[in-house]
Amino acid sequence: MIRDITIGQYYPSNSVLHRLDPRVKLIGTFIFIVSLFMFNTLYGYIVVALFLGAVIKLSKVPFRFIARGMKAIVVLMLFMMFFNLFFTPGNTIFELWIIKVTDNGLRQAVFMGIRLIFLILGSSLMTFTTTPNQLTDGLEKIMRPLNHIKVPVHEISMMMSIALRFIPILLEETDKIMKAQMARGADFESGGVLKRAKSLIPLLVPLFVSAFRRANDLAMAMEARCYRGGDGRTKMKPLRYQGKDYAAYACVLVYFAAVIALGIFGDQLF
Amino acid sequence: MEMIKVKDLSFEYIRRDEDGNVESINKAIDSISLEVNKGDFIAVLGANGSGKSTLAKHINAILYPTEGGVWVNGLNTAEDRNLWEIRQTAGMVFQNPDNQIIATVVEEDVGFGPENLGVPTEEIWERVEQSLEAVGMLEFRNSSPNKLSGGQKQRVAIAGIMAMKPQCIVLDEPTAMLDPNGRKEVIATVRELNRRENVTVILITHHMDEVIHADKVFVMERGRVMMEGTPREIFSRVDEIKKYRLDVPQVTELAYELKKAGVDLPDGILTVEELVEAIKRIKSR
Amino acid sequence: MQIIFDKVNYIYSDGTAFSRHAIKDISFTINKGEFIGLIGHTGSGKSTLIQHMNGLIKATDGRIYFNGQDIYEKNYNLRSLRSKVGLVFQYPEHQLFETTVFKDVVFGPANLGLDKLECELRAYEALKMVGIGDDLLDASPFELSGGQKRRVAIAGVLAMRPEVLILDEPTAGLDPRGRDDILEKIAYLHRESGMTIILVTHSMEDIANYADRLFVMNRGELVMQDKAKAVFSHYKELEKMHLAAPQVTYVMNALRDQGFQVSTDATTVEEARKELLGLLQR
Repeated sequence: MIRDITIGQYYPSNSVLHRLDPRVKLIGTFIFIVSLFMFNTLYGYIVVALFLGAVIKLSKVPFRFIARGMKAIVVLMLFMMFFNLFFTPGNTIFELWIIKVTDNGLRQAVFMGIRLIFLILGSSLMTFTTTPNQLTDGLEKIMRPLNHIKVPVHEISMMMSIALRFIPILLEETDKIMKAQMARGADFESGGVLKRAKSLIPLLVPLFVSAFRRANDLAMAMEARCYRGGDGRTKMKPLRYQGKDYAAYACVLVYFAAVIALGIFGDQLF
Repeated sequence: MEMIKVKDLSFEYIRRDEDGNVESINKAIDSISLEVNKGDFIAVLGANGSGKSTLAKHINAILYPTEGGVWVNGLNTAEDRNLWEIRQTAGMVFQNPDNQIIATVVEEDVGFGPENLGVPTEEIWERVEQSLEAVGMLEFRNSSPNKLSGGQKQRVAIAGIMAMKPQCIVLDEPTAMLDPNGRKEVIATVRELNRRENVTVILITHHMDEVIHADKVFVMERGRVMMEGTPREIFSRVDEIKKYRLDVPQVTELAYELKKAGVDLPDGILTVEELVEAIKRIKSR
Repeated sequence: MQIIFDKVNYIYSDGTAFSRHAIKDISFTINKGEFIGLIGHTGSGKSTLIQHMNGLIKATDGRIYFNGQDIYEKNYNLRSLRSKVGLVFQYPEHQLFETTVFKDVVFGPANLGLDKLECELRAYEALKMVGIGDDLLDASPFELSGGQKRRVAIAGVLAMRPEVLILDEPTAGLDPRGRDDILEKIAYLHRESGMTIILVTHSMEDIANYADRLFVMNRGELVMQDKAKAVFSHYKELEKMHLAAPQVTYVMNALRDQGFQVSTDATTVEEARKELLGLLQR
């Protein structure tokens, strides 16, 4: 079940988007998300859709792969649309018992839904095209100024990348321990809340023990390989902006300007 | 010249209760002295709890001697300022392949050591490539470690150490969690590195069949070195080995049993071919 | 107590791009009291196969009968099957969780809904069987040695008094003494209680001493099921599956190839010794 979620998964390929500096993608994604709330016109949606379509095309991630990821958030989307649909005041176009659908509500629901899809498509496109390590590298570099106010930026990003490495291992381990306890007659599925919570002890204790053992081993292995914090460390894959990165920034800025322009002058075009 | 020198080394694990009072003292290593020459392939054998891993951790300055001393390439491990040079000189590979790979991509993991040493970027790439080539894992450079077999993961771990350009590798039971094919893979890789790159190897294990190609074997029990010699010398003393809770390869045991029954075989037969040849010689007499 | 597999198939992630045919058309019968050795290269499907035996994995296709009853029938009680077919996973010590050794072993029988006295009786008996002394009953399982932990974990399954005991590489990572200890305990259990044993292993030398029959898996298929000697006589085919026969098998075959009159049946040191002494005295 957990394995079916493709949001946040890396899709290996060698597209232009994959080769961009992770900082460009992080900042670009941020600007894209902001841009989604800068307009309220049909033209705005068309511009965003065109931009997103072009970026998806560039990423070479198959549409089926992206669509599968979207399935996981359908519930959230329906939930949001539901609230917009029924609780937005306006002219009633449809009424049944206490349920009232208004024109504004309908419009809000549709547009909010589309916006949410855009938002998730845009941000998952970043994780599809960027390995977790690149992401943490990019974050580390963007956050570097925070070092001056004593935020341990290097340590945080190291922790993040180690966590990313061990999540699949611990998931597999959870599955194994669960099966081992089921073979001893454990029942994780039936009973009330209290009983179920209690039945998790035979799963959680071994899992924690194992996680601590791994952490201990890993710390020793890192020290044996001369790890001593971020000072004096060099990078195998240092982040350096190249021509295509500047070009990408330019594209994002043009897009952003276009969206803002539509936000301000868009109504007059209608 | 010696690569590693261990002199009168003792180490005690001290357990304390919650108030900090000494609860028990466990002497894991009991005055060991040994020397390892540059370029040698050394094996340290011993059952669980014999102190062999504790010894290995002293060479990498993960543990410090309670008494006596350890020198790596002439550097005393007890002195703090030598720490990083020692760890770079004597790299260490551990038992659990999963718990020593740090990065989510093979080549990035191999680059982790050189990064820590402050090696310039371009040279890191060269080293990563060379090391992966040396362990035969170059084609997997962009893979996720999670997709590799146990033996392959250990080879990546070895490449990660090789990229630090050590003069010596200490392998602490690198095959204990692997299947027979993974074990063969790792041992073949280590032998190859020893032969081609002239890296000093110290292999800690309890699998006897892995040590038959070593230059010298130490057998440990209760924190002491009980036997010391070439594999052939060691394996001719089957009863003694069994006393230390170890085993010998089936063919060695068979030769030993035949010898006990009065068959005139040479000492310490290690391989199937040797035994077959010896029997042929007797029959043609 | 009989286990019958009839054309069992299992496909991981069936119907997706990641689907993998893990076991293919597996059919066999295991009789009460047999000692079966299950061997195969890593990834050959052994672990998937044994998880079918106690219903932890449900076959994509095919039938499994336990004692003549189809375990996939609607009213079949899978939980009671799990108490009859004890499964000891690889590195079983990783499942220990209680504060004392004794409490941990009680966990299994307690899940069966037995009364307290019966649970404790069974736990005590199981711990005796694997050779854990009274002095360790109140110890924390996390403070034991590797070999002891493993034996406690096996006791945790034995305490459910299964009729079939399946062990997935019970000696992995143990030193020679620990390995012999465990194997002897299993052989003892088999002799004394007549329990059916299915032992998954990589070590041909070990299994040659104990198993009545060997099952060989390769790429999800059950390619051989025969007496150890018969299986090892195919040592060249075994090598193609990344497996190997015991070393003495190679000695005997090499001698035979050189023209000596020896039987190539020997799989243990003792058998080879007799055979070779015969040859040398001729």
